[in-house]
Amino acid sequence: MANSVVTVTGLRVVRGGRDVLRGVGFEIPRGSVTGLLGPSGCGKTTLMRAVVGVQLVAEGTVEVLGRPAGHPALRSRVGYATQNPAVYADLTVAECLRYFAAVLGAPAADVDRVLTEVDLADRAGQLVGSLSGGQRGRASLAVALLGSPELLVLDEPTVGLDPVLREDLWDLFHRLAAAGTTLVVSSHVMDEAARCDRLLFLREGAVLADDTPDGLRAETGQADLEQAFLRLARAAA
Amino acid sequence: MKATVTARRVLTQLRHDPRTIVMLLLVPTLLMTLLRFVFNDEHAFSRTAPALLGVFPFVIMFLVASVTTLRERTTATLERLMTMPMGKLDLILGYAIAFGAIAVVQVGIATVVSVLWLGLSVVGSVWTLLLIAVLDALLGMALGLFVSAFATSEFQAIQFMPLFVLPQFLLCGLLQPRERMGWLLEWLSDVMPLSYAVDALTRVTRSADFDGTLVRDLVVVAGCVVVALGLGAGTLRRQTA
Repeated sequence: MANSVVTVTGLRVVRGGRDVLRGVGFEIPRGSVTGLLGPSGCGKTTLMRAVVGVQLVAEGTVEVLGRPAGHPALRSRVGYATQNPAVYADLTVAECLRYFAAVLGAPAADVDRVLTEVDLADRAGQLVGSLSGGQRGRASLAVALLGSPELLVLDEPTVGLDPVLREDLWDLFHRLAAAGTTLVVSSHVMDEAARCDRLLFLREGAVLADDTPDGLRAETGQADLEQAFLRLARAAA
Repeated sequence: MKATVTARRVLTQLRHDPRTIVMLLLVPTLLMTLLRFVFNDEHAFSRTAPALLGVFPFVIMFLVASVTTLRERTTATLERLMTMPMGKLDLILGYAIAFGAIAVVQVGIATVVSVLWLGLSVVGSVWTLLLIAVLDALLGMALGLFVSAFATSEFQAIQFMPLFVLPQFLLCGLLQPRERMGWLLEWLSDVMPLSYAVDALTRVTRSADFDGTLVRDLVVVAGCVVVALGLGAGTLRRQTA
């Protein structure tokens, strides 16, 4: 696929003597929201780390924007938000964002933009350590948005958020995708699957399905994506 | 450039923690004052004080630097920085600049108080004394940054202090002249950077000569700072298992 932003082939990752990813391969097209779904421990985070280039890989290749994952030229073009908020608890939200913006070489005005995007503008002067868990997660998401990266890798960005905020963030993801950004968003909540353009179902370190939500519904004959996942999982076992 | 940005970030973090700042700046001075009254005699104080003027900041900066960087390593912020256009050496230098600035103030206060009020007599230049003491603090910081790479928990990081720092303290010549130790201990003392720092501090308080030995001491300490910072940067990993 000429237009693919991420190309993974035969990816195998071993952690703690155990195969966490067992020969995973897929492509992610530009300007889409790809949902990475599967139960806890299925290898979602490891796969995302491999795409960002911080994961030691045993076998296979991960190519991002035409270069091997983790290539120095990619460092300002890929935004990554880890599952645990990677923000400094002893800085204010604005101080923290200003620091990461300076590291990325992003324009100073970006700080206000991303704060508005994650709905934290009114918390800019507050210490990160005094934010709620959900707010801290959004602060961490805001860092990933700095510098408008071409690829956004977001590990469970909507966890612990109230439904309204979750809705807002999904709107944001689709706006970004419409503007050409490619997003990979992980979740273990199946009801978020329907919001994605494409789905990667992951189970026990292998890709169970790689399709659009409608494609999966048609293939499994299930209207509900949770049921579709179950059917695929049973068929694979 | 990325280093100064990081230094400013580290100092901003500290600014939100005023108690830590006060302790960083005043604890060595407090200990020097305590030492002065332990001896209750200016002469005896002047014999031990120069070495401790280097040792106290050395110990404190070692602890602070190792815990701060360990925190960065164990939280996801280091991983995040390593996915960004941030050089490893830039990050370590950023820490070095921030803690170096604190060390200058910390040692400055302790030196001024020791010389003006506690009766520390310095035959050589007070500026040289200050320079060596700051180098000592930087050495503690650089070693702290480096060994934090080998600690996987705060418990380990804290215990690296007695492991890495106290042997240097015992062997640096403060408790017993180094040449009177057994050959093995003297040899160990010869390869420990703190020995050269304490030697330099003692020299500058006793003599006005800026001689070759003093220059050698300074070069050894400064060299160890640079090597430890380089090794510290080398222990950062962009990819982990």
